[in-house]
This record gives sequence, structure tokens and C-alpha cells, in this order.
Amino acid sequence: MGRYTIRRLLQMIPVIIGTTFIIYAMVWALPGDPFAGKCGDRPCPASYVAEMRNKFNLDDPLPVQYGKYLVNLVQGNFGESFSGRTVWSEIAQAFPVTFRLALIAILIEIVIGISAGVLAALNRAGFWDNLILITTLIVISIPVFVIGFLAQFTFGIKLGWFPPTVGPNATVYELILPAFVLASLSLAYVARLMRGNLAENLRADYVRTATSKGLSRRRVIGRHAVRNSLIPVVTFIGADFGALLGGAIVTEGIFNIRGIGGLLYLSIRTREGATVVGVVTVLVLVFLLVNLLVDILYGAIDPRIRYE
Amino acid sequence: MSDPNASAAAAAPETVEAETFQGADLPPQPGSEKPRSLWSDAWRELRTSKIFIISAILIFIFLIMTVFPQLLTFGKDPYTCDLKLSRMGPSSAAWFGYDNNGCDVYTRTIYGAKASIMVGIFATGFTMLLGGFVGVMAGFFGGWIDSILSRLTDIFFGIPLLLGGILVLSSFPSSENTNLYQEVGKVVLALGILGWTSMTRIMRSSVIQVRNADFVVAARALGATSGRVIRKHVVPNSLAPLIVVATISLGGYIGAEATLSFLGLGLQPPVISWGTMINDAQPYIRVAPFMLFFPAFFLSVAVLSFIMLGDAVREALDPKLR
Repeated sequence: MGRYTIRRLLQMIPVIIGTTFIIYAMVWALPGDPFAGKCGDRPCPASYVAEMRNKFNLDDPLPVQYGKYLVNLVQGNFGESFSGRTVWSEIAQAFPVTFRLALIAILIEIVIGISAGVLAALNRAGFWDNLILITTLIVISIPVFVIGFLAQFTFGIKLGWFPPTVGPNATVYELILPAFVLASLSLAYVARLMRGNLAENLRADYVRTATSKGLSRRRVIGRHAVRNSLIPVVTFIGADFGALLGGAIVTEGIFNIRGIGGLLYLSIRTREGATVVGVVTVLVLVFLLVNLLVDILYGAIDPRIRYE
Repeated sequence: MSDPNASAAAAAPETVEAETFQGADLPPQPGSEKPRSLWSDAWRELRTSKIFIISAILIFIFLIMTVFPQLLTFGKDPYTCDLKLSRMGPSSAAWFGYDNNGCDVYTRTIYGAKASIMVGIFATGFTMLLGGFVGVMAGFFGGWIDSILSRLTDIFFGIPLLLGGILVLSSFPSSENTNLYQEVGKVVLALGILGWTSMTRIMRSSVIQVRNADFVVAARALGATSGRVIRKHVVPNSLAPLIVVATISLGGYIGAEATLSFLGLGLQPPVISWGTMINDAQPYIRVAPFMLFFPAFFLSVAVLSFIMLGDAVREALDPKLR
């Protein structure tokens, strides 16, 4: 187990270096003037451009630039934006909001997704099964930003149940509606995954054995079938947590949430290269670490899987 | 994928060739005696599937919108607008109402299909070719080639599709005179650069399953080169999962294009697409929700029909589900 973890951590290193290099190259080396529009309507003064090019090492060849960036990164220095704020402080300010949003979204996925899946599997080909299959198919087909607008318009503006936008404090109540929107797609996948697994397990030999031992139906389903069907669902939800943190750009934009997604979108639009690279690096790190954690957990939940 | 039907599919063309070579005067074999291939089995299954028929009809309608939009708009032009009619609701003259510039929303929605469907088809084609090629190489040759290609895939896999798309697109700003095809090409590139990894992973694992099958070993023993084995035996027998995923992701790319256009980065006006229409309608959602509703509805139905088609194809191609 320990050796497996160490091997996986070592394998992550080239992936992290490669990914950050691609992001770095995309941000700094693709055509387009990084100083366009930085100084209002006038072009930037030559002295300012020269100072900034020097500060961000833009005159070095790309591998050298990236090498210098990487050396700083290893020392925990994410660099500064053009305005002089450290990238790390911007990330530290935005991250808790997104983390809370993703956490609520995951809770919604677990509670509603899993119960919908169980309900559908127990009513195979019945009314609830068909209803859940059709609704999840529709949810999968509608792009998230359309769901976001519909939810904001219906529940935020027309019915007034939830605030249509989120204030600077981002309270849990304000985040419920955005979290539903963020969770909607994965919710549909969780419900379908749970339904498929449970329906398959209900036909398995061990369930027949449990029933013929004389256990009650509630106990057979709750203790045996549902527990075993949860294993793949747990992995899906775990991997999804990493994806939700990064995938919140659209949802955060619609509901005006000042999280990681909003920060990233704003810095791409204003060409704050250092912030973009920093945020994406953190996101990729979180994504890879969560995936590793899920793989390790997988072995803990399912005793049939052993890492040597 | 090593079921006998599939291997028969690969072997069938060879035997037919051999027969015609030996005696061209033999009467043609009745079709019922020939072993049916996986693909013809799947086709029989598909023809009776309700989901397949519904999604095929819907996709056919969308293709008509793409190629001959004027057939469905009764000759109206999407760029003829009248500011007097700005934000007027649906009526018998304009079924879907008028947008902010007084353009007919119905006509624009029909014309919007072209850019969206084109992005979906080309992005899928691009990722299938690139991802499929890398996957076949990694899976078939294994060893250090596999290690390098798989690490490369991991690197690109770590970057979320939307993030990478935004990065690429913000580096290639559009000017006034970029035409539809340049715009579409840009978005296809942005989606394709990051989208190929999932295709690679699927193709690699399905090639690995086929690589050591008996018919591949036999072909090698008969002296076939690697290129011939890949073309004639490995690819035809490992293609099924790729096709299923490609169909489903076609819908996904249409949705991704709309999301990027909605963020103001994908296709740019004057190009009409469902994403740009939704982006235009967004500030007026309180006063004129129909402006947003109709393109969003068409977009969702298009995505839905490709997902349904993919589901139907998956069921037809998977012998376990029969």
C-alpha cells in the first residue's frame, strides 16, 4: 500500500511538469500582445513594457522562462499579477468559496442521486424507473449554462425562493441554488450508475442466498445489494469532486460567485498570465491528488482489490 | 471484443477474395449461410430499435437545417432585421418572436444549426483520427512507445476541456473579416487539442484486448507486416467502443461550442450559432425569455439526439446486452 502510494506520487511528477508547461506555453507563447488594453485607451509606454517583460522573463526563450517559473513554484512562490498582488493571496481568497460550493454540490449528488438510483432500480421498468431515466437523459442533454439560467429565472426571479445572485460572503443559503446547477450533470450520472449497479446486483447469487436464508427484503437490499453497488458510485463521486472545483467557471459566472472559476475567467479575459498559470496549476494538482486518494480508497472499500 | 462474430468479420473478406480467385464461375453463396458479422448483426438490431429511429429522424432534420436551411425558413434571410420589431413576442408572422435587433428568431435558429453541427462533426472527426491513431500505436506496440504515449495522454487529460478551450481561444482573437469556416476551425482546434485523450484511452484498451487474439497471431505467422495486421485485423475489431464514444461526444462538443460561445470566446457574430444566440439573449432574460428559450431548446434536442443515437449503437454493438 505504502509503496503503491509512493510509486503513484512519483508518477505524478512528470504529469504535473508536462501539464504546467503546456498551460504556461499556451498563456505566454501563443500570439497576442499581453499588454493590449493594459493602460486604458493608449498603448503602454515603452518603459512600462520593458519593465514588465523583464519581470516576467518574457525576453528569455520559452524553456528558460518556464524553468525560472518552476524554480519559484517549487519554493511556493506563485508569482505576482501585473497589478502587483501575489497570485497565492488571490487563490487563497477565492478557494474557500469554491470549496464550499463544490462540497454542497457533492452532498446534493450523494443524497438525491443515490436515492433516485435506488428507487429506479427497485421499480425496474415501472413508473419511477422510466421517470428517472427520462429526466436524467434530459438533464444530461441540456448544457449547464442553460440549466443555470432556467434555475436563476424560475427559482431566483419568478418564484423568489432563493437569491438570484450570491453576495461577497457566499452564505450556505445563497449557494444552494448554484450548487444544484453545478451538481445537475453529475447527479444524473450518479443516479444512472447506481440504478445500473443495483439492478445487476439484485440478480446476483449472493442476493438470492441472502433471500433464501430468510432475511427480510429490507435487510437484503440495505445490507447486501446497496452496499456492494455503492463502490463504483463512490469512486465516481470522488473523482467528480476534483472536476467540480475546476468546472465551476460557468456556474460561478451566472450567479456572480467570487470563487476560483470566476477568478480564472476574469484573469483569462484581462490576460493576467501569472494568475491563469497559478490557478490552473493548483486545479491540476488538486485533480491529480483527489484521483490518487480515490484509487487508494477504492482498495479500502473493496477488499477484492489489493495494491501490492 | 474477441467474440467469434468479430473475428469472422475480419476473416470474411479474405475468404471471399480467395474463392473468386480460384473459381469465378461458382454460383454466389446465399446470404443466410455466410456467418453474419458484428456490424451486420448490429445493423439488424438497430433497425428495430425505437430510440435509434427517433434519434436518426431528428439528426436527419438537423442535417437538412445544416445543408439547406432555406428549405425550412421559406426563403427568409437571417440577416434581414427590422429594429421596429425589437423583442416582439411570438406571433403567427414570427413563430419564435423577434430578437433585440428585430431579427426573426425562428429563421436565425434554423440557420444557427449549421455552425453548431459543423463544430460537432469536425471536432469529433479530429479527435477520432488523432486519438484513435495514438491509441492504436500505444496499444499495439506496447513497451516504451506505450509508456511515452500514455504519459503524454495523462498530461493532456489533466487539463479540463473548458479551461483549455478558453485558453486557446483567447489567444486567437477574431477580427471583423474572419469567415464562418475560420471561426469553426478555431473552435474545432480548441476542442480537439484537449478532447483526443478520452478517445486514445478507449482505443488503447480495446486494441490491447485484440492484440493477442488468435487471428492476429495467425496473420503474423503468415508473414503479415505490422501495418497490414493493424489495418486489416486490429482496427476493424477494436473500433466499436470508439464509435460509441464518438457519437456521444459529438453531442458533447455541440454543447461545449455553445458554452464557449456563451462565454463570448467561441464563435463570434456575425456567425450565427445557438451559443451566440443564447449569449445575445442573456441580458434580456427577464423581458424576453423566448429569445433564450428557442435556441436553447434546439441545442438541447440536438445534444439529446446524438446521446440517444450513441446509446442505441452501444446496445446494438454489445453482445452482452442483447
